[in-house]
Amino acid sequence: MEFFKKRTNFRFMPLRSRWYAISGVLILVSLALLAIRGLNLGIDFTGGVVLELSFPQAVDLDRVRATLAEAGHGDASVQSFGTARDVLVRLLPKEGADVNQVGQDVLAALRSDEPAVQLRRTEVVGAQIGKELAEQGALAALFAFLLILAYVAFRFQWKLGIGSILAALHDPILVLGFFSATQMTFDLPTLAAILAVVGYSLNDTVVVFDRIRERFVMTRKGTPAETIDLAINDTLSRTLMTSVTTLIAVFSLMIFAGDVLKGFSVALAIGVFVGTYSSIFVASSIALDLKLTARDLMPVQREKGAVDDMP
Amino acid sequence: MHTYPAWRIWLVAIVLLAALILALPNVFGEGPALQVSRDDRAAFTDQSAGAITGILQSKGIPVDASWIEGDRLVLRFDDLQQQRAAREAIQQAAPREYLIALSQAPRMPGWLRATGLKPMSLGLDLRGGVYFLYEVDVAGAVKQLIASMERDYRTLLRDERIPFTAIQADGADGVRIGLRSGADVERVTAALRKQDPNVNLESDRLGEGGAVTVRLTPDQIKQRQDFAIQQNITTLRNRVDELGVTEPIVARQGVDRITVQLPGVQDPNEALRVLGATATLEFRLVDDQNDAMEAERLGRAPLGARLYRMRSGGPVLLKREVIASGEQLVDASSGFSEGQPAVFVKLDARGASEMLQTTKEHLGRPMAVVFIEKKRVAASEPCSGVRSGNDCTEEEVISVATIRGVFSSNFQITGLLAGEARELALLLRAGSLAAPLYIVEQRTVGPSLGQDNVDRGFRALLIGLAGMFVFLAVYYRWFGVAASAVLLMNMVCLVAVMSLLQATLSLPGIAGIVLTVGMAADANVLIFERIREELRNGMSPHAAISAGFEKAFSAIADSNITTLIAGIVLFTFGTGPVRGFAVTLCLGILTSLFTAILGSRAIIHLVWDRRRRLEALPV
Repeated sequence: MEFFKKRTNFRFMPLRSRWYAISGVLILVSLALLAIRGLNLGIDFTGGVVLELSFPQAVDLDRVRATLAEAGHGDASVQSFGTARDVLVRLLPKEGADVNQVGQDVLAALRSDEPAVQLRRTEVVGAQIGKELAEQGALAALFAFLLILAYVAFRFQWKLGIGSILAALHDPILVLGFFSATQMTFDLPTLAAILAVVGYSLNDTVVVFDRIRERFVMTRKGTPAETIDLAINDTLSRTLMTSVTTLIAVFSLMIFAGDVLKGFSVALAIGVFVGTYSSIFVASSIALDLKLTARDLMPVQREKGAVDDMP
Repeated sequence: MHTYPAWRIWLVAIVLLAALILALPNVFGEGPALQVSRDDRAAFTDQSAGAITGILQSKGIPVDASWIEGDRLVLRFDDLQQQRAAREAIQQAAPREYLIALSQAPRMPGWLRATGLKPMSLGLDLRGGVYFLYEVDVAGAVKQLIASMERDYRTLLRDERIPFTAIQADGADGVRIGLRSGADVERVTAALRKQDPNVNLESDRLGEGGAVTVRLTPDQIKQRQDFAIQQNITTLRNRVDELGVTEPIVARQGVDRITVQLPGVQDPNEALRVLGATATLEFRLVDDQNDAMEAERLGRAPLGARLYRMRSGGPVLLKREVIASGEQLVDASSGFSEGQPAVFVKLDARGASEMLQTTKEHLGRPMAVVFIEKKRVAASEPCSGVRSGNDCTEEEVISVATIRGVFSSNFQITGLLAGEARELALLLRAGSLAAPLYIVEQRTVGPSLGQDNVDRGFRALLIGLAGMFVFLAVYYRWFGVAASAVLLMNMVCLVAVMSLLQATLSLPGIAGIVLTVGMAADANVLIFERIREELRNGMSPHAAISAGFEKAFSAIADSNITTLIAGIVLFTFGTGPVRGFAVTLCLGILTSLFTAILGSRAIIHLVWDRRRRLEALPV
C-alpha cells in the first residue's frame, strides 16, 4: 500500500504567506492565552499536596468537596481520576501550615465519612522545591534549545538553522497554548514531553532539510522555491508515515497508560501534529525567505562526499 | 547476488544473542520474598542459613528458593500467605536474632541467578514505596557548634579561674567572651590558643573590661556543614536499615539535600517519624533538697536546678548537670524487664566513668531519666514544650528511681510504652542527627497503584507495538514485517541495556520506551521510502537496497542526534519522572540506531538481497 502512488507535486512555497498567517494567528492566540489564563501548573511547580484516593464504589465529588470544606479544606480541588471510584484531591500550600500534615488531615477527614477509602498515592512538594523545579525546567528547555541550535548551525547552513529553530520554537508555544486553553494540569512529565516534542519536530525538519540540501546540489535548474518544494514532496510520505507510527505509540499511551501520564501523552500527541505541520510548512518557508540559494549549501556539501557516488 | 560484509551480520547475531541473554531475567517476574539479615550484622553462612530453612521446614512452610545475597539471606515463596507465615515463624522461633524485611525477589531459576544477571530494577511508581527529599538545616548545624563552643568556654574559664561577665553568641559565626578586667584578655587568648592553636580571635578592651571574640572561618563553617550532612546521611542509613527496608537509597542531592527512597514501604508516617525523629535521653540527679511544687508555683527553679514535668503529671526538680546523654550511648535494645517495657542501654567509656562516680557518690538518692524529643510543628499546631520558630522541643521525665547500687556502663530504663521503648532503642542505636532535617518533598505510591502502573504501562506498550506492526505490514508489506522484527530486536536490546546498567524503570520510562519504539520505526521508514524512490527511478532491486540504506543514513543520524540532545539535557537537568523518561529515551535512541541501521540491513540481506534473482521487492 502507498498513500502516494506517484510522485506528489504539491506546491508549498508559493502559498507560504498563508502558512505564516495560520502559524502567526495560532502563536498569537497561544501567547495571549498564556498571558491571560496562564497554565494550570501542577504541584510539581507550585508546591502543595496531591492525594489519589480509591473509594469502594462510585463517588459523589460534591460530597467529597463538602467533607473537605467541613474539615477546613474548602480550597481543595477535587476531580475524578480515571474511573468514577478514583478521586484526585489537590491542595495548594498554605501559609504557615506544614504541608506534610495537610495530607494526613485530608485523609482523616475523608475516612471519617467513608472508612473504606484507600490511599493510592500522595505527593507532597514544598513551595521552595516547586520554585526550583520550575527554574530547573526552564533552564533545561533553554539549554536544549541552545545545544540543538549549535548542532543544527554546525551541521547545516545558518539559514536552515534559523528556519529549524523557529519551527521548533513554534511547536512548544502551540502545545503550551493548548494546555492553557484546556487548563489541563501542566506537570513535570508534561514539560519532559514538550522537550521531546522539540526533539521530534527538529528530527522531522532535519530530514526535510537534508533532502533540500541534496536537491540543491543535484538539480541546478529551477528556482530555490521549486527545488525546496521538490524536496518537501520527496520526504512527504516519510514525514507522514513517521507521524503515523509515532502517533500510534502516543495514542496507545494516552488511552491505556492511565491518567498519570495523561498530560504527558496529550502534549506529545499535539506536539507530533504541530511538529509535522511546522516541518512541512513553516521551516522551509523561513529558510526560503532568508534567501536560501544553491550557493549557500555548496561548501558544506563538498565535505560530505556521499553525493560523489551519484552518477 | 549482492555482497554485504559477513562480519556485520555476525556482529548483529552476536549482539542479539547477548541481548537475549541479558534480557532473559525479566521474563520470569517476581515473587514474594523475605530478606533476612542477622541482628549482629554478620554475614550468613550456609550453616546459619540452614538454621532458618530448618525453622520453616519444621513449620511446614514450603520455601520456593533461598540464596545468600551480600550478607542477607533471601527466601522466596509461592504466595503472600506463605511469606507472612514464614516471617512470623522466624520471629517466634528466634526473636531478636534477625531483621526481616518483606520484599519481592526475581523468580528466575537458580542457574540464571548464578550468572549474576539481574532484571531491570523497577522505580517506586511501579513497585510502590515512599520517596522523601530532606533539606538539612546547615545553619542549625553551625548554631549547634556555636552553642557547644559557649559551653566549652564557660568550663574552660571556670577551670582557669578567669572571671567573665558573659559568654554569648556573636552574630551567626562567633562567640564573644566578656571579661571583667582588660588584663585578662591575654590569659584568655593564651588558654584558647592552647586548646586550639588555629583559633581565629578578635580582642578589644573597653575601659576597665575587655572582650575576646572567637570567630569561625568560612572553611570551618563549610567543614561543619559538610560534616553535618555526612553525619545525617549515615544516621538516616542506619535508621533505614533498622526499618528493615530492602534496597533503600539514601543519597546526597545538591548542596544540602538528602533523598531517601524506600521501596515497598506502605506507611510513610511510620518511616517519617523514625527517620526524622531526634529523640534522645539524658540522665540527671533529682534535686530533693528543694520543693518542686513550690518551684512550680513560683514559676522558677532554685539555683542549680531545672523544673521538669513527669510523664505521669506533676513537677520534679532536677540538677542542672547532666550525668550522661544519648550521645554517649553505644548500644540500646528494647525488651521487657519484670513485665515492663524496657530499654537496655550501654554507655561509652566517658559516660560509664561519669555514671560510676555519680552512683557511687549518690547511693540511695533518686536519679531521673529525661526523654527529649525535637519535632517540627506548624504554627497552628500545639507544642507542649519549648517552641522556637517551628521547632518544638518536648522534655519529659520518664522515670525517677532510687540508685540502689553502683553501676557504670550497662543498665536499663523503664517507664515507656512498649512501642516507645522499641522506637527509642532504634533511634539510640542508629545515632542522632547532627543537624535538623526538614522534609521538602514526599511522594508515596501504594502497592496496588504500583501494580496497576506496571499493567497499564505494559498494556500501552503491547498495544502500541501491535498497532505499529499491523500498520507497517499493511503499508510496506514484507518489508514492514522485517521492520517489525527490527523493532522487536530494538525492544530486546533496550531491555538488555537497562538490565545491564541496572537503570531504574519508571512509568515515564515505559512511556519513553513506547515513544522510542514509535520513533525507531522512523529509521526504517526513511530507508524503505528511499528504496521505493530508487525503485521508482528505475534502479535494480539490489542497487535500490544499497542506495536506500546509504542515502538514508545521514538523515537517520541527524534526526536521531537532535532527539538525543534533547534527551541528554532532560537527563542532566531532570529529576524523578523526567529522568526516568530521559533514560529510556536516550538508551532507546542508541539501541534503535544500531538495530535500524545494522539490524534491518542484516535481515533484508539475508531474506532478499542474498538472492541471485531478485525481480521485485515486497516494499
